[in-house]
Amino acid sequence: MRALIVTLAGLLLLSVAPARADDTFTTTIKDHQFSPAELKVPANKRVTITVINDDPTPEEFESHTLKVEKVIPGKSKAIVRVGPLSPGKYSFFGEYHESTAKGVVIAE
Amino acid sequence: MLGALVIVFREVLEAGLIIGIVMAATRGVAARGRWVSYGVLAGIVGASVVAAFAGAISNAFEGSGQELFNACVLGTAVAMLMWHNAWMSRHGREIAAEMKQIGTAVSEGAKPLTALAVVVGLAVLREGSEVVLFLYGIAASGTSGSALLAGGVLGIAAGAAFTALTYFGLLAIPTRYIFSVTSWLIALLAAGMASQAVQFLNAGGLLTVLDGTVWDTSWMLSEGSLLGRLLHTMIGYSERPTEMQLVVYLSTLVAMFLLMRVVRYSPSKREVAA
Repeated sequence: MRALIVTLAGLLLLSVAPARADDTFTTTIKDHQFSPAELKVPANKRVTITVINDDPTPEEFESHTLKVEKVIPGKSKAIVRVGPLSPGKYSFFGEYHESTAKGVVIAE
Repeated sequence: MLGALVIVFREVLEAGLIIGIVMAATRGVAARGRWVSYGVLAGIVGASVVAAFAGAISNAFEGSGQELFNACVLGTAVAMLMWHNAWMSRHGREIAAEMKQIGTAVSEGAKPLTALAVVVGLAVLREGSEVVLFLYGIAASGTSGSALLAGGVLGIAAGAAFTALTYFGLLAIPTRYIFSVTSWLIALLAAGMASQAVQFLNAGGLLTVLDGTVWDTSWMLSEGSLLGRLLHTMIGYSERPTEMQLVVYLSTLVAMFLLMRVVRYSPSKREVAA
């Protein structure tokens, strides 16, 4: 039992560690929705978010609080650099499909 | 359809505001309508080209191409606005005086109009490429396309109406004051653009010094709101400016002011040097 817990904890750490190491995060747009729609990022650090647009139509990744405005053509990806962020929630959206394409960056 | 109208209107609004200010600032200058039209047309052509190559631009410079491109466009516009204001502080008074006397257009210098035509062209290029991409997306997705397209066209019309509103609103200012008012508007416009350029360089990872947030007024006035957007374009309002943005904003204003002082035409003090 104890071995299992240690293994699980180890796996959890391993799965978290790579993202922490290079501070790169990814979200994918599909059917005008972000997935994952919630990105947990470290606070007070510059962070890179790769936004993959899997839809055939262009989208504009925008956030007033993150101060990002970036057009992503259909079937392509873009790199968005944000931060350093103070801890808190920062909402973002796809400007061309604002009703469905919504997400949030959580800096902690 | 309403959604498309709102999105397109929002993009057209920013370029429209700039065009309205430029038109008011060139009141009384001959052939300005033609120059501004050239600017708009060139901007639309440019916007289509930018939209077509959006992918290539975005991927250039390790994914910072779009940011670098926007920063360059904004930087060029700032230089052109400075040039115009410098010229205007030298000749504006003569134009105002002549306008009062004969009430017609004066045929003075084509140079500053080139500058402002470029500013108009760049504004249309920047905002227009987003409109083109959005409308292309609608057209490509088919089905309910025609209603959305109609919304887009109405959005452009609404933006044009707003431009006219800005222009005629500014024209209500008495001739005596109009050039000092538009000079200030252009100075603030340029400072705001310079600060936006800094933000693009920061987002591109090209300028990361002094990137702490100075204040956060998002609770009071969001940049997403209509007023926030208008102020963002007109005076460079930012809900969370970085230190560098503030430094560049103020430096641009000071540089503009000094430039206008240096070249100011003062007939009482000395003869005009060639």
